[in-house]
Formats: sequence, C-alpha cells, structure tokens
Amino acid sequence: MLSRTADNLFWLSRYVERADFVARILDAAHRFASLPTSYGGGEGNEWESALASAGDPEAFKTHYSAINADTVCDFLAFSPHNPSSIRSCIEAARENARSVRTALTTEMWDAINGAWLELRNYAGKDLNRDEFGRFLDWVKTVSLTFDGSAFRTMLRNDAFWFTRLGTAIERADNTARILDVKYQILLPHDEKVGGSLDYFQWTTILREVSAFNAYHWVYRESIKPVLVADLLMLNKQMPRSFANCYGVIVEYLDLIADAYGRRGPSQRLAGNMLAKLEGEDINRVFASGLHEFVEAFIAENNGVGEAIVKQYLVG
Amino acid sequence: MAVTAFDEMNGIGVSDSAAVRDAYGQLKAWLDATPPEHFNTRRSQAELLFRRIGITFAVYGDNESTERLIPFDIIPRVITKPEWSFLERGLKQRVTAINLFLKDIYGAQECIKAGIIPADLVYRNAHYRMEMRSFRVPHDLYVHIAGIDIVRTGENDFFVLEDNARIPSGVSYMLENREVMLRLFPDLFSKHRVAPVENYPDALLATLRSLAPGSATRDPTVVLLTPGRYNSAFYEHSFLADKLGVELVEASDLFTRDDVVYMRTTEGPRKVDVIYRRLDDDFLDPLVFRPDSVLGVPGLMNAYERGSVTLANAVGTGISDDKAVYSYMPEIVKFFTGEEPILHNVPTYRCREKEAFAYVMDNLSELVVKEVNGSGGYGMLVGPHASKREIDDFARKLKHAPDGFIAQPTLSLSTCPTFVASGVAPRHVDLRPFVLCGADQIRIVPGGLTRVALKEGSLVVNSSQGGGTKDTWVLDA
Amino acid sequence: MRIRVVHETIYTYEQPARGLVQVLRMTPRDHDGQYVRSWRIDTTVDGRLTAREDGFGNLVHWFTPDEPAEALTIRVTGTVDTEDTQGVVRGTVERLPDPFYLRDTDLCAANPDLHIFAERIATEGDGAPLALLHRLMHAVPEAVAFEPGPAANAVPAGKAFEAGRGICQDLTHVFIAAARHIGIPARYVAGYRARDDGEAAVEAPHGWAEALVPNLGWVAFDPCFGMSPSDSYIRVATGLDYLGAAPIRGSRTGGGTETLDVKLRVEQGRAAIQS
Repeated sequence: MLSRTADNLFWLSRYVERADFVARILDAAHRFASLPTSYGGGEGNEWESALASAGDPEAFKTHYSAINADTVCDFLAFSPHNPSSIRSCIEAARENARSVRTALTTEMWDAINGAWLELRNYAGKDLNRDEFGRFLDWVKTVSLTFDGSAFRTMLRNDAFWFTRLGTAIERADNTARILDVKYQILLPHDEKVGGSLDYFQWTTILREVSAFNAYHWVYRESIKPVLVADLLMLNKQMPRSFANCYGVIVEYLDLIADAYGRRGPSQRLAGNMLAKLEGEDINRVFASGLHEFVEAFIAENNGVGEAIVKQYLVG
Repeated sequence: MAVTAFDEMNGIGVSDSAAVRDAYGQLKAWLDATPPEHFNTRRSQAELLFRRIGITFAVYGDNESTERLIPFDIIPRVITKPEWSFLERGLKQRVTAINLFLKDIYGAQECIKAGIIPADLVYRNAHYRMEMRSFRVPHDLYVHIAGIDIVRTGENDFFVLEDNARIPSGVSYMLENREVMLRLFPDLFSKHRVAPVENYPDALLATLRSLAPGSATRDPTVVLLTPGRYNSAFYEHSFLADKLGVELVEASDLFTRDDVVYMRTTEGPRKVDVIYRRLDDDFLDPLVFRPDSVLGVPGLMNAYERGSVTLANAVGTGISDDKAVYSYMPEIVKFFTGEEPILHNVPTYRCREKEAFAYVMDNLSELVVKEVNGSGGYGMLVGPHASKREIDDFARKLKHAPDGFIAQPTLSLSTCPTFVASGVAPRHVDLRPFVLCGADQIRIVPGGLTRVALKEGSLVVNSSQGGGTKDTWVLDA
Repeated sequence: MRIRVVHETIYTYEQPARGLVQVLRMTPRDHDGQYVRSWRIDTTVDGRLTAREDGFGNLVHWFTPDEPAEALTIRVTGTVDTEDTQGVVRGTVERLPDPFYLRDTDLCAANPDLHIFAERIATEGDGAPLALLHRLMHAVPEAVAFEPGPAANAVPAGKAFEAGRGICQDLTHVFIAAARHIGIPARYVAGYRARDDGEAAVEAPHGWAEALVPNLGWVAFDPCFGMSPSDSYIRVATGLDYLGAAPIRGSRTGGGTETLDVKLRVEQGRAAIQS
C-alpha cells in the first residue's frame, strides 16, 4: 500500500487513542478534585499533574496565566493551540481519515466523521460540570466505536495492522506518561504509608487507565504501589500495560514482515523491548529506579515509533 | 430569440405534442401517466441515494451539503441506436484526427507546411509544449481520454462545440446518474433496452494498461495522480481510482530516480508505468514547468522523455482543444484522415482574419465571442444576453487584441423534457461522450454526460451557472 | 579575448535536504565568435551528473546527490575564447521555429503602458528593425533604471516598467516584451560579462536579450549597458524568459531554510596569461 496511506492510518488511530487518554486524565482529575481536602483533594495539584501527563505545560503558559480546573480543562479539551487537546486530536484524526477515505470501511469513516461533526456541539460552548462530564464520556465512546468498527469491519491486511500499531504505540506512551508524572507517589517514603492520601492517589492512577476493577481481579489484594506499577508496566493481561502493548506491536509487526517478506529495524527494536519487559521483575525495577525505567521506556517506545515511520511510512 | 429549439421528445415545435418521436414513445407515456407528486418523491429519493452511494463524494470538503449537489434531473435523455452509431463514427474519426494532428505538430509539422493551420497559431500557443518535440510518445497516441462536447439543433444536426483533450471531467456523474436511475426506476429500464455504461472503468483501465511502456511487466502499475483533496474534482479522482482499483496518488507519493518514476509504498519503492494524471501540464514537474508547483513530481518529464513512464493524457494536448485551433478542425480532419468530417463544427469566425473580424464587430449583439487559450482572461461575451454597455466594453478589448478571440452564432440547442418547479418542461441540453483511445482500440461507452440548463430559455449548461445533469440512454434497439 | 570563469554557487541547508535535484544550465556551446576551450562542473557532494539538451538547444546537466546533503557547492570553471561580432549571433544550435519566440510568458507579460512605449519606439524614426531595436535598447534603461540585485527578485515586465527601475532580468524582460509586442521574435540570454575595468570579481551572472532581425538573424542587445554584447560576453543559455534560461533550478524535500552564496570571477584573458 502507499506509504502515505499507511501513515494516515497509523496517525488516525494514534489521535483517536490520544483523545481517549486525555478524556480519562480529565475525568480522573475531576474525581480527585472533588475529594475533601483531607483526602488530598481540592489543592490544585491534580490539575498540574493532569497538565503534565496530557499536555505541554510550556505551551499552556503562553495562553493561560493560572493553572486551575477551568484553564486546564479548556486547554486539554478544546484548545486549538494544544495539538494534543481532544478537539485537536479529533480534528487531526478526521483529517487523516479524509485523506484515506477509500482505505477505511464505511463504519470507521462514520465513527470518525460523526465524531468530528458532533464535536461542534461541545467545542466553544460554556459547559457546566455535568455537561463536561458527558462530553468526556462521549469522547470515550468515540474511541470505542472507532476501535470496534475497525476490529469488526476491516480486512485483516496491512491497513488493519498499521491501524493497530498506531493504537498500541500511543497507548504505551500514554501509560508511561502517567507513570512519569506520578512515579513519586508509588515510591516508598517517610510519611505514614497506606494513608488515605496515598490510597486515593494510587486509585487515581488506576482510574486513569481504567484499571481500578481490573486490579482486584488480577491481584486479589488491597492496593499496593508496587502492584499498581506491575499492573501498568509488566502485566500482560492489562490492555494498557507496556507488556501488553508490546505484545500487540510485535504481533502486528511480525504479520507485516511476513506479508512483505522483509524484516527490519522496527521488528528488531520491538522484539528486544518485548523480551526485556517479559524478563523484568517489578521489585528489580523498583530497586534499580522506577523513574529511570519509565524514562528509558518512553525514549525507546518513541524509538520504535520512529523506526516504524522510517521503515514503512515515509517510503 | 425567435428560433424554436428542436425538442428531442416532441420533434420541432414544443407545443405540438401529437408528434412524439419514436425514441420517446414509452417515456412520454410514462410522463403522462405519472402524477407530479411522484416525480417529487423520486427526486428526493434520488438526492438521498446520491448522498448514500456517493458517500465518497459527499464526505469531502467541509461544506459537505453544498459540495456535491449539482442538480440531477430524473427524466432521462434518450438517443436512438442509429443516432448513436452516427455519433460514434464521428467521435472516432475526430479523436483519431486529433491524435494524428498532435503527432504531426510535435513531429514533422506537415500540416503547417501544407498551410492547413497557421504556424504562429501553433508555435505562439502556450499549450504547444516544446518539450514534446524531442521524442515520440508510446504508440504515437497523445489523447487517451477525450470529452467531446456535442450539441444538437435538429433531427440530424449534431455539432461539436468543444474538444476537451486535456483532462476532461464529469465521467463520475455519468456513472452515478445511471446507478441512481437503475435503483429509482427499474420498471422504466424493463421497458427500454438501454446500453450499459457501467463498464466504463474497465474500459478505462484496459486503455491505460494498453499504453504501458515496453519496460513494464505484464501487469503494469497504473496510478491516478490527483492535485489533492482541495481540488474541486477530487471526489471524481477518488471515485475513479476506487472503481479502477488503482492507487490514488499525490505528488509526494511519487519520486524519480535515474529517469524512472517510483511510488512510495510500505514495501519500498514500486515502479510506476502509467500515470492517469488529473493535473495540468503546468504543474506536472516544477523543474520544467511552473517552478512554484508543489503538486508536481520533480524529474517526471525526464522519465517521460526517456519512455519509462506513460502519461495519460500526454503533455501538450492542450494545443488541440484551443478555441482558435478548433476552428481549423474540419480541415485537420480532412487532412489527416482523408475523409470528410462526419461531425461538423459550429461555424466559427476567427477574429484574426480581417473580414471575419469586421463581421464580428458589426454583429456583436447576435454572436457568442470566446477568447482563445492564453490570451489574458478577458472572458466571453454572449451577445444576445449582453447589455449595450457590456458589448461596447467588449468591443474595445476585441479591437485591442483581435487575435485572442473567435466568435460563433448563438445556437439553439435542442431541448429535453426536464422536471422543474412548474412540472415537466423542455430545457436545453448538450452531451459530453467520453472517448478512450488505447493502443489496441478506441472505446466509447454509449452515451456520456448530458448537461441541462435548468433555467428556462438558458443555454448555459455549466454546473457553476445553474446547470444540471441527466442520465443518457442509448437505446440498443 | 580569452575569458576565464570561476563560478561557485554555495547552498547550505538547515537540515540535510532529501530528494535534491539541481538542473544546471551552466555550459556554453560553441558558435561564431565563441569557442569553448575548456569547461567543467564540479560538485562537493557525490552524485549523478547527467547531461542532456533541452528544447531550446541548451546543454543541461541534472545533478542528483547520492545522499541527503547539508551543503552543496556547484563549481563551474572554464575558459572561452571570444571575438566581437557586433552582436550578431551565428552558428548557434537552433531547435525552435521563429514564431515560438513571440510567445508571451509570465515574466514577459506587458501592461498597456509598456505596449504604448513599444509602439511609440516602433513608429518614431527609422522603421527598419535593426535601427528600431537599437532605439529600444537605449530607451529601456531610460524608462527602467538599472539597479543590480539578485535574479530571484525578477518581476513581470509590466510591473518592472511601472516601477521604473529593476535588475538586469527586469530590463531584459521589458526589452523582450516590447520587441514581441511589435512582432519581433525575442529571447532571453543568460551568461557572463567581464567588467570593463578589468576587475575579476563579479557580483552575479548577467542576462541580456536577442532579437531576430530579418536577413541578419539573431542579434544580441544588452539594455542594462546600452550596447550590443561584445567579446567580453559569454553566452551560456537561452530561453523565453529568465526562468527558461536560469543557471540553476532546483527542488528538494525537507532541509529547512536554504542559504545561498555566490562567488564569481570573470577574468579577462591577459590577466590570466600574465599570472
């Protein structure tokens, strides 16, 4: 297929995934902000960390003077100046979809074009808390519909594989960004461990990746930071974990390599990454430095993304 | 205008409904038997269908509701088999002559030496591309896809109004109109034996493949090159690429290396053999033509000259559809085919000639004056519809540069029954058949695109000025 | 006269430029009064350099680097022996019919004032084409003052005429547009001109016009200096306008901002022999 077509499909799914991620970050921040102060809520830190996880704080500063619920929500949800705002993501996704209209199934096109049309009902309006909540729910539905229609209707060929690759690379990056901002609260520290503040912060992390219920199913014990980190990074059952994302990436890169009869740097890099994640132990990660591990992962995941772009998408 | 137009359903004289022409017998009966509400319902259904079938059309452009809606008229235009056979022979002859003419003016230039056409008309024309003088194109074919605009003024009177030999558009409407009619009026089709048009994409692909250069494999790679999705005809490019099953490429998808054109694919560079380009000459290669073109492929012309890739249509075909050259077409057809032209030209006054110019200046109010290519964008004058002031203004421009203009009498185009606000009424039509010229044969899908001027009395069928389209039925028996 | 040319065009790109193609019309051909003793094109980057002829009969080199390049210098060196032919150009490679040179182009597009100017020169005085063209050559710099500047700033002839000043390309385009308007085929010539004061360092290549005079053939006119080119001129390429004869046309993808530097020496022979 044309490199440009593959590139559009790859970025189309990345943007849809990113919109979903930003919606989840905002949802979690709202939840945390509504907690009583004694539980750590209402202090404003959640907006700073939402901004750090899902946006570019430097870009934010050029357009807003203060960090609070209103400004961060506006910046992350609707700002045209933020290339990763939900609005920018949906617009970019639709623009990519439009370029490869004939490579998409009607259902996929309807999902993304419908979202783009409906966005007008939200963007630029003064939404109250409830309406904003409905907006975030709607964004999550968009990604579900899009993903579902891709899964249910696309031919299983390279077009589908590049779509999946975009989603997986973006997911891995998103999960890593949360950990990059919040790793400190997972580390053991002097304060009374297991206090209510920590508990709510840990659960916030889980909610951001919709893994609050999953945690209990997987570990069947009370929430412990080491296990939260394990779930998000090394646990292959968890769809947003590093390990799961890399399982997906390796699978589809292999399918592409088989179909084209050629392997290259992206297969090699992704394979190395999967092997590393599979051979890793969470206690060892904590011992050798959680933050360093996450930072290295972000860089290497970017490297895999770039390798895919170079090997397939620019031609 | 006092002249009564020829009505294709009723023959001469619109009011004389007793003398229905044979071809329209069934249709007339159907029109009489169908209550007007029914037409209204069908028309809204047609619109819905266009949105659905034409989903690939409607989605482009942010103004989607206004984008596609070139009005569609649900009453088909009927052409009989003998009429079509005549047109078909005429079209083949004309396009054959155009190709021979192009081969000649980029080669031996016999027709100039023989005085068939003035040298400066060719050489001074910007569409005459000197780059094409140094090599021969595959199979000596320049125009592979032509859209010849034909008007009718009487039972047996057909004229060529214009030869579109660069990148004629509109074929997607022909295909979609038929698709919609088949869904809306299956019973009408059962009463007529209508020649199919659905095989056009196959015919086009066969034509394009036949033009592949010798270096191509047995399964040549054909692509459709579009200026991109901001082009007004992008939906057609996308529609055709989809129907042909070929990649729809933009310039950035192509590159050249060592005089070979490649397409960037996920499996690495792939050699391209035939480019159906929907991009004007000027933009094709920024190193040879307009340097500011970002829509073109640097080095494309080198690859073309070396014969590693075929462009359809060839570069430099614009010279043959220039309005000044048009006026010489009857002589050109005679010179190159040795036959009398089957299809006639509309009588044309060349303002570059003294006598003609004097006549035109004296009769501006009755003539249509058109500028020839590359003469500076002064537009055209439709004498009978122009004010005294407009005529005076135009006369000044004309006097300043008579070489840049031709004039034609206002033709009374034939009319066809059309469903308009007041009911079924006659409206003026023209016809654009699409002629495909391959190395193996000339293919013409029966019919073409009928354009209709929806305003009463209007002769302007262009969609930008209130024109619509109709399905065109060539009866098989 | 023996003229030695050293012409360096130095490109630098912000990032490595991919898909670089440079089309070079930088090689003179022999004709009466011009004999090319030696001529070569060198590049600082490895790549393919292929020669071909364009529709006008110019020698054109296509240069495509093997790898993305951060910088590229195109260096032209050569020696040409010239004779003064009083501007008459004979023995050139001619590929196109004469009426071709009456064609309008974007850069030679006139405006009504320029048309009036051309008609006035045609009707005032001797109607013989040669005399008329000489009058035109002297009238152009009076109407459009010559101001040296980079060729990239060239504007359509009508605009330059309106502005009343322009670079050598502009004056040449005005001359060509006027000649064509009164029915005389004319073309653009790109080349080099040795300075009258013997100074070898020259700011830029030069451009002038040629017009077709019945029974005489192509005759060169330099409206910038108000003279018919002499033996201090080297004629390199012709075109309908500057664009068609430009020494370098290029294209690339990526690379960011491009900076361009030109170093040019046009040395008159005697100095070269003495050294």
